[in-house]
Amino acid sequence: MIPACRLADLPRGEAFRLDVDPPVSVFHTDDGELFAIDDTCTHQDASLADGWLEGCEVECPLHASKFDLRTGAVDSPPAKLPVRTHEVAVENDMIYVRLSTEAPNLPPCVSARLAGGPA
Amino acid sequence: MVGASLAGLSAARSLRKQGFDGRLVVIGDELHRPYDRPPLSKEFLAGALGEAELALEAEGEDLAAQWLLGARATGLDHVARAVRLADGREVRADGFVIATGAVARTLPGSAGLAGVHTLRTLDDARALRDELARGGRLVVIGGGFIGAEVASTAYALGLDVTVVEAAPTPLAGPLGAAMGAVVSGLHADHGVRLLCGVGVKGLSGESRVDAVLLEDGRSLPADLVVVGVGAHPCVGWLEGSGIALDNGVKCGADGRTSLAGVVAVGDCANWYDPRAGHHRRVEHWTGARERPEAAVATLLAGGAVEPGVPRPPYFWSDQYGVRIQFAGHAAEADSVTVEAGTADDRDVLAVYRRDGRPVAVLGMNQPRLFMRARKQLAAAVS
Repeated sequence: MIPACRLADLPRGEAFRLDVDPPVSVFHTDDGELFAIDDTCTHQDASLADGWLEGCEVECPLHASKFDLRTGAVDSPPAKLPVRTHEVAVENDMIYVRLSTEAPNLPPCVSARLAGGPA
Repeated sequence: MVGASLAGLSAARSLRKQGFDGRLVVIGDELHRPYDRPPLSKEFLAGALGEAELALEAEGEDLAAQWLLGARATGLDHVARAVRLADGREVRADGFVIATGAVARTLPGSAGLAGVHTLRTLDDARALRDELARGGRLVVIGGGFIGAEVASTAYALGLDVTVVEAAPTPLAGPLGAAMGAVVSGLHADHGVRLLCGVGVKGLSGESRVDAVLLEDGRSLPADLVVVGVGAHPCVGWLEGSGIALDNGVKCGADGRTSLAGVVAVGDCANWYDPRAGHHRRVEHWTGARERPEAAVATLLAGGAVEPGVPRPPYFWSDQYGVRIQFAGHAAEADSVTVEAGTADDRDVLAVYRRDGRPVAVLGMNQPRLFMRARKQLAAAVS
């Protein structure tokens, strides 16, 4: 498990971006639930932690794709592929994340950059 | 469905989502399945994104539609409930969604001159990308978003770039003069020449362009010219159909047109904005994605649904590695305040207000603050 941040430092309605590669974000919903998903939108390079959080859904700040925080599924295009979900635990007021071992669905530009192609 | 780009696809999806299980025909004048246009001036033009990645349809997505691609609509016969195609075919239907988009404006006298490009379609972008790869001197006519994005991409590819803008400040329409100057300052930051307040008299060259001639007598040598001077709605094919046209297809606040059983969406549609009290034709990607839902509901309900208040229009642009985001209407503002960052550092969050109330917001490399401000704006106008 990777420590993310203190629960007290993550108010409801906010997100915390964990600087792993690729980055993962922890969302604290208005109902008090915690979810962790891949931070990078699968459509184009944008951080979902900067997105519009509503219920159990986050809307990408760039092109308004929506992802279900519980499943990672695309609720609204233009994204076509889901984000991964990651296990979240809280111990002694500290939020921990266990990273998924699945392969991430990164947007084409980011995949190309990681593969050493043109940015 | 007349039009097979983002607005047409979104309308087709909305029809199925809202329970329409009848026959659905999508007519598109391009040969391509629906693709995403914004990357055409950016990642696709730079060679970082291929054609497969532009596809808007998900793998395995099946809308159970009949696609008539490469088929140009030439007329709408309201009485016979039919769309006429250029090849003589007729498509009959009970309801019609008009989503024919817009076409890039050209420069008079530039037809047939090699090296002169507009950028609207995938085919345009392929042709321009191939020519950009050869390098040389590029003159971009028009300092709007398309022109600025092409300049930024060409600069990154190593071309010598000059942007010519007829107005004193580029982007003054969408962003206001003050912020238009800040955003267009990105050109000079990167050594791209920006000439403002000077019109273009014409182009010189025999079979291929060799220079852009300005109205003040200057001549700018050019190996390649991109004309980015806006677009006009593709509605010529509707003339004589009886549908009301005024800067596109004139629509109500729910997408309805003057003809029963016909709605219009996307760049070709001039929707009534109940908040502003007048019609507005919005040429944004987001409008093409979001508005078809309301228009389709109108079509299926025969106009019996009450339209909701649309979110403030939103658009983005990527230039020289800076992400520019804007929501609302700059023209309504009587003041603009920089609330975070600085204009010099190109990381501003600026809020536009009228009588103290927010009417628009601009962000440059401020995605998180921009999202917050955009939410506040949506709450303020709803």
